[in-house]
Parts: sequence; C-alpha cells; structure tokens
Amino acid sequence: METDSVAKKAGWYLLLTLLSLVVLLPVWFAFVRSLSPPITLKDGGLQLLPQQAEWDVFSRAWRNGNLGGALVRSFVVTIAITFFQVVTSVLAAYAFAYLWFPFKRLLFALFMATLLLPIEVTVLQNLATVSNLGWKNSYQGLIVPFLATALGTFLIRQAFLGVPRELLDAARLEGWSHWALMTRLVVPLSRPVIAAFTLISFLGAYNQYLWPRIVTTDPQNWGTAPIAVQSLVSNPESANVIVAGALVIAFPVLVLLVLFQRHIVRGLTAGAVKG
Amino acid sequence: MASVRERLAEGRGVRVSDTSRWREAALALLFLSPSIVVFGLFAYYPFEQVVVRGLYRNNIAGDNLRWVGWSQYSEVLGGEDFRAGLFNTLEYIMWTVPAGLLLGVLLAVAANRRLRGIKIFQTIFTSTVATSAAVAGFIFLVLLNPVIGVIRSPNLLQDPDTAMMGVSIAAIWQNLGLSFVIVLAGLQAIPKEVEEASLLDGHGPVRRFFTVTLPLISPVLLFLLVVLVINGFQAFALIDALTLPRGGPNGSTETVVFKIFENRTPDRLGVGSVMSVGLFVVTFVVTLLQFTILERRVHYGD
Repeated sequence: METDSVAKKAGWYLLLTLLSLVVLLPVWFAFVRSLSPPITLKDGGLQLLPQQAEWDVFSRAWRNGNLGGALVRSFVVTIAITFFQVVTSVLAAYAFAYLWFPFKRLLFALFMATLLLPIEVTVLQNLATVSNLGWKNSYQGLIVPFLATALGTFLIRQAFLGVPRELLDAARLEGWSHWALMTRLVVPLSRPVIAAFTLISFLGAYNQYLWPRIVTTDPQNWGTAPIAVQSLVSNPESANVIVAGALVIAFPVLVLLVLFQRHIVRGLTAGAVKG
Repeated sequence: MASVRERLAEGRGVRVSDTSRWREAALALLFLSPSIVVFGLFAYYPFEQVVVRGLYRNNIAGDNLRWVGWSQYSEVLGGEDFRAGLFNTLEYIMWTVPAGLLLGVLLAVAANRRLRGIKIFQTIFTSTVATSAAVAGFIFLVLLNPVIGVIRSPNLLQDPDTAMMGVSIAAIWQNLGLSFVIVLAGLQAIPKEVEEASLLDGHGPVRRFFTVTLPLISPVLLFLLVVLVINGFQAFALIDALTLPRGGPNGSTETVVFKIFENRTPDRLGVGSVMSVGLFVVTFVVTLLQFTILERRVHYGD
C-alpha cells in the first residue's frame, strides 16, 4: 500500500478507470450488441448504447436454449458436487491430520498425485465407464466423478494442522471422541479455509465444460447451463441470441462473486503466497 | 477405554495400546474411503486404461482388438495430427501467458494502494474469475463477429494464420481476474518495512519496482506462470464456444484437448488414449518443473 499526493492520486484514478474499462467494456459491448437489431449495427462504430433495444433476444435464448431447465440442472449438479467435495475433503483431511494409520505418507502422495490426472487426461475412459453404468445424460454421470478432490483435501488439512495443540489436548482430556473433535472443534476453527474452498469448488463445478459437453449427448434435456448455450450455436441461432444466453448464465456466479469476493480470492490464491 | 494418561500420550503421537491404535486406523480408513473410491474409479483406473488402450488397435465398436505395442504411441505422438494440436496449443500459450503475466502485474500494481473506492476497482478487476472460458468465448463470438462485432476484421477468426490470435484475445480477457488476484496477493504479502526501507533510501517508484517489488513477487509470478501454462494446455471450452467451424478454420485452433475430444468415438479410442497420455506427460513435465523451481525459491509454511 502506498499513499500519494493529490496529482498522483488523480493519475492513479485515471489509470484504474482505463483498466476497468478494459475489463468491463467487452461485457457491455456484448450486452448492447445482443439487444441491438443487426440492421442498426450495419455501419460499424462503437455504439455505447443500443439505438433500439429488442429485449426479446433474452426470452428467445431462454426458450430455444431451454435455459430454465439447464440452470436448474446446473444448480443441482453444482450444489451436489460442492457439498460432497467439502464433506469428502473434510473427512480425508481429518484422517491425514489427526489419525494414525499405516502408509499415511504414501496415501497422501497418491491423493495429491490425482492433481496430475485432470479430467482432460481421463475423460475418454471416464466416458466409457459412465456409459457402461448407463449414466450418460443423468445426474449421476454429471456428479459422481467429481465427488472427491485433492485440492480440497490439501487446503483443509493445512487448516486443520493450524489448530492450536493446547485446544486439542484439552478436548482429548475431557474425553471427546474423534467425531466430536472434528465437528465441534477442528471444523469450526477452520471455517475461513472451508468457506474459501466451498466457493472455489462451487465456481469450478458451475463453470465446468469439457465433461458435461462430452457426457451429455442430449443437451436439450440434460445440458448444464454452458452446454445449453453451446447448443444454441449448433441450432444455429444468431450471435446476439447466443451471447444473450451466455450473459444469463454468467449472472448467478457474478452475484456470488460480489457477495463472497474475499473468500473466493482467498481460495484462488491459496498456494500462491505463504499463509 | 483409554485412560487419561493414554489420551495425553496419544496427543504427543506416542502409542500405548495396540487395539486403540488399530481402531484409529479403521476410523481413518472409513474417513478416507469415499475419496479413495472416487479417485480409484475416476482418476487412477481411467489413467491405467488410457495407457493400456493406447497399446491396442480398436475395431468400430471400441473393443481393444489387436495388440500393437508401443507402435501406436510413436505413430500418434509423432504423427501430424497430434503435433499440429501441440503446436496450436503452444501458440495459444505463447499469446496468452506473457500477456497474462504483464496485465496481471499492471492491474495489481495499479490497485494495490490506499485510495477511496479502491475496493470497487479491485472487484471489477477480479470479476472475470466468475466468467467461465465458455462464457468468454460466447461474449467474443459477438465482439469479433464480422457483421455485427466491435472488431470487424473479416479475417481474424477466418484466416488460419490469425484465428488463434483471435481466440487468445478472449482468453487473455478471461484470465485477467485470476492473474490479478494472484499478483495482488503477492504484493500484499510484501512486508511493509521492506517498502519503507526502500523509500528511505530515496529510490524512485520505477527503480523501487524493479529492484524491490519485482524480485519479491517473483515466486508468485512463477506460480502464476505455471497456472497459466497448465490452463493453456487444458484449453478447450473457449475454442469450442468461439470458433466456427469448431476448431477451425482448417483445424488451426484445434488444441490437444480438442483433438482428444474429437477422438472420443469408440472406433478412435486407441488414438484418443495415446493423445491423453501425451497430454499427461506434457502436464507432468510442466508440474515437475514447477516443483523443482518453486521448492528452491519459495518458502512454504510447514
């Protein structure tokens, strides 16, 4: 952090405003262009406001992409993945942090090594597995492969290890079971990290693309939000309807970001800096 | 039931009774089993399968038909198609990674100061982390549209020589949020005393940036570099959303993951599997480099 003179401050505000425009204008232009009837855009120009607004592009995108159903599916899938990722990570993290068992280091290494096996590498066989189980175009198919995560296990274990020893010893002296230690002491004390992980898990699950794209062969009835918008491309719909759909599906996560920015940033930067 | 003294001993990691020790191991297994099952079924098993499938030629139905050993590996990984995919991916990385680093530093340096309303700017700069690659692709689908777009270069996405550059514009924009939050976290971790000492030395802001700030955030920049490179190797959604024909023109925007996606049909599984292993090896090497370099330069907490 730095403190500057008035002239310098003005300069910084100018730079910050210009950079904000770089970030925001693409979305604004896309919004204006989605509303504008193509004929009004014929002669080019930047057009900061639409000459005419045809709001029905949004209802067209909603209807033709079946976005209502897709958003419901996306939320079911995302909430399920997030919930189970937090649960499985907390359980595994507790075992790695506080329980004795043989081959702990090896198993921990094997957990972390799954970071090297992202869905991009395993997608073909996972598609075959899911097809054999009859899970194509189903909630199970969209959810089950993502029920555990090495990142969550790692971050939450780190948080657990930071719980003060004296508290743990005191609780043990009082005869607390491991279950009580976990649910009543360790988890509540690690809430900031668990919250951060919950939010990046949610973002990641909601924004997933490759897997739902490959496992949803019936996008009309089983597409998640981004896949439903993708199906508008192949419909084929005009570009302004497609971008209207994209803006609709981006909206829920933007709200989430504004509400929980601090947690999301903490989750994204975990590992970048110490502490 | 273990006595109080035993519980205390447990706390120091000294084991007393064998039964309670194994009871603890059983509990650990119970806690770990959900993750073990998921990792086993959807990470290790499929990895083993793609390695093995690469050794067989497929028939139309996708059965592993004929053992061909490693010859299919050398054929596919040395073949035109995979090499083109790798080349396209590297082009994508060449466009997006340096730009991501530079813009990340620019945004973070600009927003790391005490000013009224700075939180608003920080929120704006962070905002693209909520925008998925697919949404970014769709947004630029209209912005780069030759008829109704803002940038109406008719050839940007239609010319095989420039299509990847067009795709990269969208990717660079989408990466802004992530680059920003990571560099900002690095800047905020710099101890105040260091900056103050440099101020007292009478260094100007530019000199201070290059001699003090930049070296101190270099581990974070390295981290960001690796994140961006790995994201680059996994690029798919943005290209699937933005290019028409998908991966085109002339396959000039087909990344490695795109090629894997194209080879998902049962009769192409052998080829697709080899490419998956190829992608794994590339990602593995990059991650290994990350660890060897990072371990030397960053001090993680225990």
